[in-house]
Amino acid sequence: MFSALRVLGSQGRQYIVDVRQAQLNGFRGRPVITQRPCAPDCNACVASCPTAAITQAPLALDLGRCVFCGECALACPEGKIGFTTDYRMASGRRDTLVVREAHAEPPAVDVSAALKKLFGRSLKMRSVSTGGCNACELELNALGNVNFDLGRYGIEFVASPRHADALVLSGPLTRNMGEALDLCYAGMPEPRFVISVGACAISGGLYDGSPALEREFLSRFTPSLYVPGCPPHPLTFVNGILDLLGIALPARG
Amino acid sequence: MATAVHALDSITVPFRELMDHLRARLSSGARLVSLFGSPAAEPRELMLTTVVEQDGALICERAALARERGFHALTPDFPCAHIFEREIFESFGVRPHDHPWLKPVRYPVGSLAMRDYAFWKLEGKEVHEVAVGPIHAGVIEPGHFRFMCLGETVHHLEIQLGYQHRAAEGLLLRRNVRALTPLVETICGDSSVAHAWAYCAALEALCSTIPTVGAQVLRGMALELERVAMHLAGLAGLCTDVAFLQGAATYGRLRTTAINTSLLICGSRFGRTWLRPGGSRAGISAELRQPVQANLALLERDLAIINAHVCDAMGVRARLAAVGVLTTAQALELGLVGMAARASGVDVDVRTSLRSAPHDALPVTSTLESSGDCWARALVRIREVDESLRWLKAAIETETLLPSVIPLGAVAPRTLSIALVEGWRGEVMHAIETGDDGNAVHYRVQDPSLRNWMGLALSMRGNDISDFPICNKSFDLSYCGNDL
Repeated sequence: MFSALRVLGSQGRQYIVDVRQAQLNGFRGRPVITQRPCAPDCNACVASCPTAAITQAPLALDLGRCVFCGECALACPEGKIGFTTDYRMASGRRDTLVVREAHAEPPAVDVSAALKKLFGRSLKMRSVSTGGCNACELELNALGNVNFDLGRYGIEFVASPRHADALVLSGPLTRNMGEALDLCYAGMPEPRFVISVGACAISGGLYDGSPALEREFLSRFTPSLYVPGCPPHPLTFVNGILDLLGIALPARG
Repeated sequence: MATAVHALDSITVPFRELMDHLRARLSSGARLVSLFGSPAAEPRELMLTTVVEQDGALICERAALARERGFHALTPDFPCAHIFEREIFESFGVRPHDHPWLKPVRYPVGSLAMRDYAFWKLEGKEVHEVAVGPIHAGVIEPGHFRFMCLGETVHHLEIQLGYQHRAAEGLLLRRNVRALTPLVETICGDSSVAHAWAYCAALEALCSTIPTVGAQVLRGMALELERVAMHLAGLAGLCTDVAFLQGAATYGRLRTTAINTSLLICGSRFGRTWLRPGGSRAGISAELRQPVQANLALLERDLAIINAHVCDAMGVRARLAAVGVLTTAQALELGLVGMAARASGVDVDVRTSLRSAPHDALPVTSTLESSGDCWARALVRIREVDESLRWLKAAIETETLLPSVIPLGAVAPRTLSIALVEGWRGEVMHAIETGDDGNAVHYRVQDPSLRNWMGLALSMRGNDISDFPICNKSFDLSYCGNDL
């Protein structure tokens, strides 16, 4: 009894009150590209990138491929690429995940009127890891912990595809999981949608080009939300899904 | 951490000698660390490499073998070789004759379809099977479990893995051997630091590069923070599975403190980008010391409170004790590694047995329990977190902990380099073999999960099927670590 009270006392209040304004000290998040010119004939950033996320002339960085290793920022002799602590990176469209020189703002997630009407008050998700290394899975699990507490918005993971509205994909989509993934999505009642989590799911990431992948599922079902990162910070997911469903924050408590 | 680096010619022996040496060493109490195949110069041959730990040293030998002839399996005499011989058969088609359990390991590209797996059959009027997976109820990696039951009692559990196979070893060979850290960090994401360190150490040994003392201590800190974080994640999971919600909430919250300490130091909650070949990209500046020390102090204070509460809760102990027992004899026979082995009374910990920097100057004490049940595995994790925090508090007093990456020397040609790192789950091994021009010609990754999955299967025998979630969580094994 007393030990339980001591635990309660030490625990205190842990949830992040305002998930849109929280500060992440030290986080290597959304990259920015300054308008400084490149050094002549320099391709150091492109050469340093392990996932071919960077293209030149003009310089652009694909958040759907980026693993946030920061090697490009270290390699660039001009200091043209930098990483901010911003975790707002999710997008409803694949093509807006690209960071360019002129765009200093994070990619925006447009509210989906249809999804807001259906799931704005309750969203049940089924996670399928298909080659995920357990980093994305740990961060998805963290969504339900006492800090992020996604359940307060009526959003949670469920055990059965039959109960799920959204499929949360992590990992690069392995051939050996192909059949199970198809069965799972077929088992979800309509209306339903797909969320792609992490560089692996969005683009193949570090495993792009591996003969053990089979990504054909994504040509049949286009995700409604892309959550970049390797793995994505839970706040990247939280902000993305709240935006997509048009969920306003509750009053501060 | 430990490395062994040898010119290929100096460790190559005739095949008969290789097997005779290995049998003699294992009979005299040496521990089998690895046994793996790699392509030989002559296409009709396969190179077999053996790695054993004996009297505080790593001993490697290799020999060429005619692929068509195969070899006499070690497994009937030394069951700890079973998974390695299965791997050799699956990857190269070279048969270990008289192997009693020659089943697939991870279904590489071109192998048979996963649905064609032949499960072991338990026969009888009253027996039934329960199939679970590959997709499980939670947010977790995929794998298939097949329980052969009589009533509620599990007589055998067969585990079919391979769903996660990404052909990681092949990709490592296709890319620049000096720039593999980001890929290595995702081989098994919950052990990013352990794998990154094993890769860096194996490569540095090939290049005769020795990182600074400060960089070695920083690597040790990354590794212990990873251990604290994952042990707390595992304890939170165990508490959830026995419906002890205060434990789940508090361990989960304290894990956040641990991973946010890594975030503060290197920019990633998983310690990614902290290590680089040649040293440590991340460092602890004068300004960072205070917040890091404050986090360590908070962890120490609050863990003492929750640990006391969990250990006094009879409901927790009653649920975990005497469930999922793996005896010392079984653990030894199977070659179990890591915290699961230590919970069964087998003292394997390369931080203490193969001591090198930074653990030579700053030693760790390994934790041992003997009962081999779920409770023992929980206790080992609770005590290892305490020991890691003690170590971290001592390590942060090191004079210079600034980032330091030394340029690598030239890669030695025709050399085999092996590195072992004691991750939170057990020993992680990376082995790199170079060819005539210094390019990598074979890359071997070995996660502790590869060996420990069979331990979970054995621990379930005679238990109720409802005991499975806590048994599984107590071993806390990686699917992608096995599947690669």
